[in-house]
Amino acid sequence: MIEVKDLKKGFEGKAVISGVSAIFQTGKCNLIIGSSGSGKTVLMKCLVGLLEPDSGDISYGGKDFTTMNEEDRKLLRQQIGMLFQGSALFDSMTVEQNIMFPLDMFTNDIFSKKLSRVNEVLERVNLKDVNNKFPAEISGGMKKRVGIARAIVLNPKYLFCDEPNSGLDPQTSILIDKLIKEITSEYNITTVVNTHDMNSVMETGDHIIYMYEGLKEWEGTNKEIIFSKNKKLNDFIFASEFLQDAKDMRQLEMKGKIDNNRNMDEMLK
Amino acid sequence: MNIFTELGRFILMTKDMFSKPENLKMYWKELMHQCVEIGIRSLGIVIIISVFMGAVSALQTAYQLVSPLIPLSTIAQIVRDTVILEFSPTLVCIVLAGVVGSKIAGELGNMRVSEQIDALEIMGINTKTYLILPKILAAMITIPMLVIISAVLGILGGKLAAVATGIVSTSQFDKGLFQYFKPFNVLFALVKSYCFAFIISSISSFYGYYVNGGALEIGRASTKSVVVSCVLILLMDYVLSSILL
Repeated sequence: MIEVKDLKKGFEGKAVISGVSAIFQTGKCNLIIGSSGSGKTVLMKCLVGLLEPDSGDISYGGKDFTTMNEEDRKLLRQQIGMLFQGSALFDSMTVEQNIMFPLDMFTNDIFSKKLSRVNEVLERVNLKDVNNKFPAEISGGMKKRVGIARAIVLNPKYLFCDEPNSGLDPQTSILIDKLIKEITSEYNITTVVNTHDMNSVMETGDHIIYMYEGLKEWEGTNKEIIFSKNKKLNDFIFASEFLQDAKDMRQLEMKGKIDNNRNMDEMLK
Repeated sequence: MNIFTELGRFILMTKDMFSKPENLKMYWKELMHQCVEIGIRSLGIVIIISVFMGAVSALQTAYQLVSPLIPLSTIAQIVRDTVILEFSPTLVCIVLAGVVGSKIAGELGNMRVSEQIDALEIMGINTKTYLILPKILAAMITIPMLVIISAVLGILGGKLAAVATGIVSTSQFDKGLFQYFKPFNVLFALVKSYCFAFIISSISSFYGYYVNGGALEIGRASTKSVVVSCVLILLMDYVLSSILL
């Protein structure tokens, strides 16, 4: 479990996160959603220690991360896996070397044991025959899966995913979402996903935090989000015209005005 | 960012480089990789520059020695000393600032922009120790070697040009080569090459590591690292000459 208390972070006097408190639960996909500039990336960077918060506390399983010394942080970070927006695979290494890198760095296992673990995680993310390919030779969706494989190779307790669906087609996005959800429950890890993709929200959102202008505006599950009365959240999730139509339909349905024999265009006239 | 902020950041980066490695074997592997990248891959350009530098130096010295009172063997003596004292350490290092420096800045800049450095940080690796220290050590191991190779090739190039054009005979050149030879000059060249190696690798690592932005900033960082390295090499060249000679 990750607990955040009254977290604040600003740049050059401008507050980007203005006091966020939240609990990210173990075994669940915890989503941070919000429009661009709402502070979700800064919040995630503070969580993993890439940015130092101005004030507030972050604790991992009860251990205070903000006051931890560098050595303890290093040890904790070995329990953290992260999937980056651009996958952040090492260009000069093959897929196999990329995934084996954390094992090389932090274990003293023999090569055959490490290779077997690499193949195991590659299989888990449904990738075959890519061991000797370089990141430039594989597709965006495959890069994301290699990124996930690298993130889970050391059996982490915490998994962070920064916009896992950016730049992917809808079908591949769904596959990545499903994979993250499956891995979360299978390994019983605390997963924090930063996204603004509504498909992901509905697919994986066990616990959702909506950020608006540096503040936590709403918190709930994917089942609750659609029926939320929060105007800012509604403006965000129903931003597209199609979803706006769906929202209108929902209102009509609630008023009992839907005739199932008519098509949507006619009903929305 | 003003010069004092940059200097402070540079000092902190240098200090942070010295932390306990997570896995010595991986750091050794990286050091060897950097030795190949910086040393072996620069060998070609160093050979070409050195041979021509020595050859031109011999021809121009002969052109300027018009007095019949000066023995022709002096040409070899002048070529030897200019190559050892100045051309090999300084000129080669200025070229290496361009070749190696821009490569280091570009590589680290790309790693920063594509979040590869962040990925290493999150794994719990001290990126300054893992990415910068091996580059500096590799530069300090291989660049003095390149300078020595360059000095030998420069003198050979000078001999080749002087003998081939009939300015001096082989025996006259060899006689001059060993006349009044001071071993201290080689030591001076090595001291210079160690200092220049540190400047090239640390300055380019600094500008690459702290790139902020995108592809345009990577290019700017590469250019800036080369310019700053060249200026510092020339400045250090003057300082060392005035102190040690």
